[in-house]
Amino acid sequence: MELLVAILIGVLFMIGTYLILTRRLLRIILGTVLLSHGAHLLLMTTAGLKRGAPPLLGEEAAAYTDPLPQALILTSIVISFGVTSFILVLAYRTYKQLGTDDMEQLRRQEDE
Amino acid sequence: MSWLHLIVLAPFLATVLIPVIHKVSPKLHIGWAVLLLPVVLLISLLSQIGAVSKHQVVEETMPWIPSYGLSFDVYLDGLSMLFALLITGIGTLVVLYSIYYLDKHKERLQAFYVYLLLFMGAMLGVVLSDNLMLLYLFWEATSLASFLLIAYWTHREKSRYGAQKSMLITVFGGMAMLAGFILLYVMGGTFSIRGLVEQASQLAADPLFVPAMLLVLLGAFTKSAQFPFHIWLPDAMEAPTPVSAYLHSATMVKAGLYLVARMTPIFAGQAEWFWLVAGFGLLTLLWGSFSAVKQTDLKSILAFSTISQLGLIMSLLGVGSLAVLYDAADERLFYAAVLAAVFHLFNHATFKGALFMVAGIVDHETGTRDIRKLGGLMSLMPVTFTVAVVGGLSMAGLPPFNGFLSKEMFFTGMLKVLAADIFALETWGILFPVIAVIASIFTFVYSLMLIMRTFLGKLQPEKLEKKPHEAPIGMLISPIVLASLVLLVGFYPNLVAYSLLEPAVSAILPSLLAPGDHFEAHISFWHGWNTELYMTIGVIAVGLLLVLTLRRWISLYDQLPQRLTLNRLYDGMLVGLQKGSSKGTDLYMTGSLRTYLVYILMFFILVIGGSIVGHRPTLDMSGNAPVAAYELLLALILAGSAVAIVLVSSRMSAILATGAVGYMVSLYFVILRAPDLALTQLVVETVSVALFLLCFYHLPKLRRDMNRVRFQSANFVIAIGVGAIITFLTLAVQGVRPFASISDYFLDNSYKEAGGDNVVNVILVDFRGFDTMLEILVLGIASIGIYALIKLRMTGGESREHE
Repeated sequence: MELLVAILIGVLFMIGTYLILTRRLLRIILGTVLLSHGAHLLLMTTAGLKRGAPPLLGEEAAAYTDPLPQALILTSIVISFGVTSFILVLAYRTYKQLGTDDMEQLRRQEDE
Repeated sequence: MSWLHLIVLAPFLATVLIPVIHKVSPKLHIGWAVLLLPVVLLISLLSQIGAVSKHQVVEETMPWIPSYGLSFDVYLDGLSMLFALLITGIGTLVVLYSIYYLDKHKERLQAFYVYLLLFMGAMLGVVLSDNLMLLYLFWEATSLASFLLIAYWTHREKSRYGAQKSMLITVFGGMAMLAGFILLYVMGGTFSIRGLVEQASQLAADPLFVPAMLLVLLGAFTKSAQFPFHIWLPDAMEAPTPVSAYLHSATMVKAGLYLVARMTPIFAGQAEWFWLVAGFGLLTLLWGSFSAVKQTDLKSILAFSTISQLGLIMSLLGVGSLAVLYDAADERLFYAAVLAAVFHLFNHATFKGALFMVAGIVDHETGTRDIRKLGGLMSLMPVTFTVAVVGGLSMAGLPPFNGFLSKEMFFTGMLKVLAADIFALETWGILFPVIAVIASIFTFVYSLMLIMRTFLGKLQPEKLEKKPHEAPIGMLISPIVLASLVLLVGFYPNLVAYSLLEPAVSAILPSLLAPGDHFEAHISFWHGWNTELYMTIGVIAVGLLLVLTLRRWISLYDQLPQRLTLNRLYDGMLVGLQKGSSKGTDLYMTGSLRTYLVYILMFFILVIGGSIVGHRPTLDMSGNAPVAAYELLLALILAGSAVAIVLVSSRMSAILATGAVGYMVSLYFVILRAPDLALTQLVVETVSVALFLLCFYHLPKLRRDMNRVRFQSANFVIAIGVGAIITFLTLAVQGVRPFASISDYFLDNSYKEAGGDNVVNVILVDFRGFDTMLEILVLGIASIGIYALIKLRMTGGESREHE
């Protein structure tokens, strides 16, 4: 299971990295989304996978999975949602204002 | 904290009071209040002069950073005393002079006196510190104070240029000196100067000895404006004249001489030391006096004259260092040179201080310092004229002024070199007296020129901005005091010989003295018809001839190459540095987001990948959970949708594929026993996709990247590298548990303390409640930002939209 998830994380990071290196603003934003998915799964995996019941004490299980990474990831999901929506709107405004979402053209506009 | 510490710190403490005094009595010229401080310091130093002249040493210590061997050790011996008296004595006169020179309505007096006090404290710190690090600290503080004072009239471009130049050159030297000090520490194991002097003989055998010497000398040469670093001093003349008189002739530029004198017990006797100090000294002497003759600005003449006189003292210190190589019979020959050095150092402060103040008065009362416009001021300014004559003739080396005495002693020192039989001096020694005579002739010429072109000749009132008249009495007091000193010391040199000069010489050459012994320091006017006297007579004769025929040969200076000057080199270097670094920066700061990301990712790949290759961690798969078939299927769907994002050409499909990835991730959260995460992810993903679609509904079709293939394949390689490293890292950290997790605490206490079954929720809202609150704050800020971006329409943007 760990190996499988590790490969998944690798794929997410790979595609995410590829996307943020491209020129289209939208693709860059999608890349950051993938990167945060990868990071969340990475956090999850560091504590070991499926080491017990979900951390709900009502289950009365002998062992629970580690609750700490889950708490961290939950925070991270919300924060990355906030950040993603902000850049998304920023990109939208940029496009409206400057008429392009190509990073190279945006760079040239700054020079003018 | 002793009185000696207080002497160093008092000027710094006094700076705090200046704004207060200004508040209390705004009508007072703040200089009067400042004047008290150097007077008090001078008196308290003078009270120690009896003890110091008996070779008693005052030393006080105060711990500062003991763990680094740094302590605030101060130390007062003959050499420090001489400098401290100059700093406070000239300081007193300069402050008095500045009260009349600087108008209290037009100038920023508070800033001026704060800078001046900063300088005074720093300079006292330089000459009284025993700890090398402390000395360095104060040394740089004097550079800083000098920078602020030169740029005092900040609206003048030349002031700013001069300030920057002096700062760059002296701080460059200071850095080199710091490195030299650190080398000395490496060799001797202590920052204490006295501690290093004690081990001088062992240090000389160290391979780092010569590099340390070169670096320390670089500091001394830049500070004391030795050739080729002298170029900052003429530009420093943009400072107000009291500052030039104080910092740039009497005290700060002598810090380099102080350092050379202070380091003499450590380095003396080395051939490199002798040739560098004496050689650069002579070169500076010659070049300074040669260049002074062609100047037309009073202060420029004085600046080049200062450069040349500093070179003179430097060369004497170099020759004097030979004394340690000779035994009792011959050493008298060479320590006389050191005596001449400290004597001339004192004399120079008096006559040059007076001359600077005269230049200031002329500038103040006529509105110009250009000797081509001046002339005939003798009858209008009789007192100033008298002071100028006393100072100028002393500088020229004429009797009965003190400059004559020290110039005679200078000639003696240079002639003694002929008797030396080491360091190849049998062949090169003859250069010393020859250069001394040539430079003295130039000195004679510019000294007389200074007096004659300003005060004699015909008055040219039409060229002057103001109607010239004698300066107010307050402005004349300080130069008169200095001129009287010139005369007094000229007639009675032995007033200072045993109380000031002899203790200073014995501080520079301590190894030559048996305990309780002292040097023979008697100075007399008449030595009979000896070589020195003939040299002086020759200088006067040739000098007079040159002065009388000045108009015929002065144009020869124009024949000198103008393109190859050191100033052009400096300016060129400055421009080159700026252009070079901006070109260098442009090479990698392209403004393209991709480039910067490539740097970051390449760094990540190289460092993390490199350390993985270096350490080869073992992967432990033993405790891994089993994989079910549906999990594998989900994984394939996840990876497939991720790859699809890259491949699809329409914007919409890319967004939907991203959404698919998000939903798959939330399913994975379910599998991995994290129900809360799965729920949150589902909600967030739904909203995100909606938002994406909303935003990009209006936008055109997503075209495939028109990137060049080279870029695309590079991106691909980097992406694979990052992915592989992350995968490997994920597996590598599996077995590693460097310390116990705190998760058990949460599991144990979540019900007991917070009454909640869902541990994740309890952590978020209870144990780490503040974090969650701040997280909400972040969301709040993001939503305000989003709202503003959608609603706000800038006027500038408006016009652009309509284009």
